[in-house]
Amino acid sequence: MSQETSQAVLELRGVTKTYRVKQGIFGKAKPLTAVNDVSLSLPRGEVLGLVGESGCGKSTLAKILLGLEAPTHGQVMIDGKEILAQDRLSLARRIQPIFQDPYSSLNPRKSIFDIVSLPLRVHKVGGPEEWERKVRDILDIVGLPARVMNTYPSQMSGGQRQRVAIARALIMKPEIVICDEPTSALDVSVQSQILNLLGDLRREFGLTYLFISHDLAVVEHLATRVAVMYLGRIVEESDVAGLFDRAGHPYTQALLKSVLTPEPGLGVPDTQLGMAYPNPIDPPSGCQFHPRCPMATSHCKAVAPRPVDTGHGRVECHLHDPQSPIYDAKVA
Amino acid sequence: MDKPLLSVRNLTIDIPVGGGTLHAVRGIDFDLNRGETLCIVGESGSGKSLTSLAVMGLLGKAIRRGADRLEFDGTDLTTASPRTMRSLRGARMSMIFQEPMTSLNPAYTIGDQLTEALLLHRKVGREAARARAVELLEKVGITAAESRLSQYPHQLSGGLRQRVMIAMALMCEPELIIADEPTTALDVTIQAQILRLLHDLGREMNMAMILITHDLGVVARVADKVAVMYAGELVETGAATEVFNTPTHPYTRGLLRCIPLPGKTERGSRLGTIPGIVPSLIGDIRGCAFRTRCAHAVPACHEAIPLRGEAGHKFRCVHEDGKRHAEEEALA
Repeated sequence: MSQETSQAVLELRGVTKTYRVKQGIFGKAKPLTAVNDVSLSLPRGEVLGLVGESGCGKSTLAKILLGLEAPTHGQVMIDGKEILAQDRLSLARRIQPIFQDPYSSLNPRKSIFDIVSLPLRVHKVGGPEEWERKVRDILDIVGLPARVMNTYPSQMSGGQRQRVAIARALIMKPEIVICDEPTSALDVSVQSQILNLLGDLRREFGLTYLFISHDLAVVEHLATRVAVMYLGRIVEESDVAGLFDRAGHPYTQALLKSVLTPEPGLGVPDTQLGMAYPNPIDPPSGCQFHPRCPMATSHCKAVAPRPVDTGHGRVECHLHDPQSPIYDAKVA
Repeated sequence: MDKPLLSVRNLTIDIPVGGGTLHAVRGIDFDLNRGETLCIVGESGSGKSLTSLAVMGLLGKAIRRGADRLEFDGTDLTTASPRTMRSLRGARMSMIFQEPMTSLNPAYTIGDQLTEALLLHRKVGREAARARAVELLEKVGITAAESRLSQYPHQLSGGLRQRVMIAMALMCEPELIIADEPTTALDVTIQAQILRLLHDLGREMNMAMILITHDLGVVARVADKVAVMYAGELVETGAATEVFNTPTHPYTRGLLRCIPLPGKTERGSRLGTIPGIVPSLIGDIRGCAFRTRCAHAVPACHEAIPLRGEAGHKFRCVHEDGKRHAEEEALA
């Protein structure tokens, strides 16, 4: 890839996470590969959108990045330093999460001040006066009045709670923020406010986001790069224009097709994906997408595709691989 | 044209609360013909779900429902006995709820739950009911339908459970289906499939459908008619093409500006917002409820608001064109 890896604030090299899952009480434990050989590199200040259906491994990847899960294989580097070599506290200073549901991610028994100032207290930064000043500043930045400091989450709307969650994530000035579906629990008018806020904060503080979402219109709007995940693999990765204007992988094309834009008269698109997402314990052979792919051939069933450079990113699909027997110059 | 299947005039819903009465729904009118799909769109708390529960006669005991007319195929629902309502519900009108995890009973098999309504309302035997259940599960795209009957809800994925909910609603071939956010909890790919399915089945069985959603993309793609709801009132109603092509109420236009439009909204630009919050609906409410958030509010907005427009497209605003032309000129 053309990116200067030295610039990457976050880098994943061959990250794999395997769980052992028992089926039934007496069943034998089988391996479930939630994240499969993922390599990504995220330059400072960029927004990497991560899209895919539920169960594809997006959230497992987020957990690995936050240091909540250790990868089975591979390395995660932040600023060139391996994540596992760093202690929890210093990791938490650099990378922070914003979760989907602002109703369950805030402790209902703590005041907003307690919630937002907790990172300062955990990291033993300053004293009560400094805490108050910093909380006041960060609340102002996320657009909440200082008077909410003494209120509780139950007294706030969904949008306000998500602002509190953002304030808590940003108070230690992290470099990377992992946003896991940050707006999908919110109304559209609130969603647009939060998206604007995330965009402003990124420009102001040079933040780097990993933005996990199933809403492709939102990803297209906010992301600078996009990775498409299917059964734990990144099947396509590209800059945002390349992905949305010249999607290569049939799965990406199906995802884009399923976006419902508010244009009347177009009807509901037929994604031709078929019904079921495969069982990750028993993944399909060859290209894992082949059972749902409208363009699959016997070659796809037998041989797993390798990543191919597309000029604006990479894609794992035989149709795009000049060395594959079903290479299609028209498609690629 | 035939008489509408469902006719609603001046529907009001009042909820007694600590500080007085919460006027959750105020003066709603709509008609729905057989084979037609009406989408009620609005944000949380706008009263869309209450409206559907009011039609089904499923409001809580403390909640007061009032209406000048609430008629289902000639039956006056305002005076219908609980017995009459029971004979309608599940048989001639049925409902699909948002959360398939909580609206299926975890202690009963899929088969038991699917056949319950049919055994209750129609004179059929157990065998015939099971056969019908298998037929419908296949129709909603569930493979190995026969074996699913003995499974419990926890053994199915979210998408499958939602399909079971749809199959359950269709068991007695209802004339009216109310779907409350049927696809909100699902992946975009599954969402497209479920919506297509609902749409096709609706056509096939000549069912009327009320689809409640906050997703304008869904509305644009499946609705024949649209009703935009804000703070308990329908602020704009009309044919889907009319409402989306010439959104006239300032709130409708505000909502449409909040969502990024692929190919139209510039990537990374700021999205439109609707500043402010929904007003409290407790106590006396006069004038336009949207005036506190509206850029075009004038003193007259405190008074009674005229209903404007023609038969196919109506809106409530003091401004003759809802200030649509003024906004368009400002943008041009």
